Amino acid sequence: MATENKRKVVIPGEVIAKGDDFLPGEGTEKTDQGIIALRFGLAEEINKLIKVIPLSGVYKPRRGNIVIGKVENITFNGWVIDINAPENAFLSLTEVPRYVNKNGLDEFMDIGDMVVAKIWSINKRGIDLSLKSRGLGKIDEGLIVKINPHKVPRIIGREGSMINLIKNKTRCNITVGQNGFIWIKGETIDDELFSKKAILFIAERSYLSGLTEEVEKWFEQNKEKTK
Amino acid sequence: MDKFQTTSEITGERIKQYLAQGKRFDGRKLDELRKIEIEVGVSKKAEGSCRVRIGKTEVIVGIKMGIGTPYADSPNKGNLMTTAELTPLSSPRFEPGPPRFEAIELSRVIDRGIRESKVIDFEKLCIKEGEKVWTIFIDIYSINNDGNLMDAAGIGAIIALKNARFPKYDEKNEQIVFGELTDKKLPLSDNIPIAITAHKIGDNIIIDPTQEEEDLSEARVTIGFSDGIISSIQKGNSAPLSFEEMEKILEIVKKSWKNIFKKIEKFLE
Repeated sequence: MATENKRKVVIPGEVIAKGDDFLPGEGTEKTDQGIIALRFGLAEEINKLIKVIPLSGVYKPRRGNIVIGKVENITFNGWVIDINAPENAFLSLTEVPRYVNKNGLDEFMDIGDMVVAKIWSINKRGIDLSLKSRGLGKIDEGLIVKINPHKVPRIIGREGSMINLIKNKTRCNITVGQNGFIWIKGETIDDELFSKKAILFIAERSYLSGLTEEVEKWFEQNKEKTK
Repeated sequence: MDKFQTTSEITGERIKQYLAQGKRFDGRKLDELRKIEIEVGVSKKAEGSCRVRIGKTEVIVGIKMGIGTPYADSPNKGNLMTTAELTPLSSPRFEPGPPRFEAIELSRVIDRGIRESKVIDFEKLCIKEGEKVWTIFIDIYSINNDGNLMDAAGIGAIIALKNARFPKYDEKNEQIVFGELTDKKLPLSDNIPIAITAHKIGDNIIIDPTQEEEDLSEARVTIGFSDGIISSIQKGNSAPLSFEEMEKILEIVKKSWKNIFKKIEKFLE
């Protein structure tokens, strides 16, 4: 928690530290004026190493990430999926753990459908997705909310504390994609909208420390209005 | 336009289901407007200017006066020119470059709403018949787009016009002295034309849609309306409208004109 308090919001070009006492880390650069930030985010110092945790920017796909994407195109052996990354991803027919008619791929997923998938490899040819895991598959109903991908860690919280808090308070099923798309499914639309409101509240205040307490307070204040 | 930036289909389904219950995502009624905020005189160089916020949607409208030659078919009338720019900063859907379909349509709808309501007395804008007339430029810039840019631009245009002043005119050299404004207002009548847009989603008619709702819109009608008089109508999107629906739209437009007028009245003196 000690380092938590030292976090500071910085903008590109801002001098974070002067002198030779510190080392520049991720998202920073050493210049004549001192160590400056290269990105907009939270500056953090651990063992004399300064780094910036970005708060904005595009999604960079990593292997093992769970993402939510939209079917862009259908080829003879799979689906081209837009995952909000610099390039499209590909979901092969062999990575679907159920029988799909090879002549009717659109019967399983058509253009425009949303899907929860996992990135299983990134190589020269592109990004490959898989559905071979629990909780993955086509989304048939619910609400999609989009937030900045760099704010996803705050939505999930430490060991899932934040997302579990929202799930318990709103009785909704929530799947968070690392690419910033969130799928909410609840019993009623009111529940889903309540979750959406909570998520946007967190995304707006992602730079605060002690956010979980803040969100608990928010739920106390807003409970009566929706019930 | 990037397809991914449109509202996803399943979210659209939810919006439609919610509308069927008579409710909207932001808690408004179907014919309820978002909060309107207005600020006049935002530009120092323009003859008249105005910033309009409807919810998160924001536009700036400026009026610039110039001297030009009249058109051959109206030698004793001034000119009106409306341009709209949908700036890339207002939405990821807009790109820099020459105006596209949306921007052209927006400026034309506002132009017609103002022109056909006869709010401007063009004959009073004549300086020398057949040679020199005033030209009014209405420039619309989007600052943020969360749906319903058209209504915001329409409100902005009429308020900016009402607040505009003639610049000083040097009769000897026959040119404008820019930077010096006179107290003389534009020759405007008491009509207050406001463009109000109604959208049809499923079986429901709504006004003032957010971006998500605008993506779902099946039919769109913009009506230039000034206290009982319809001066222009523009229909957009593909779905047809029945007589009953059109009557309902007129009813809603009539009601919202009164609402909007009450909110903007104090900026129109």
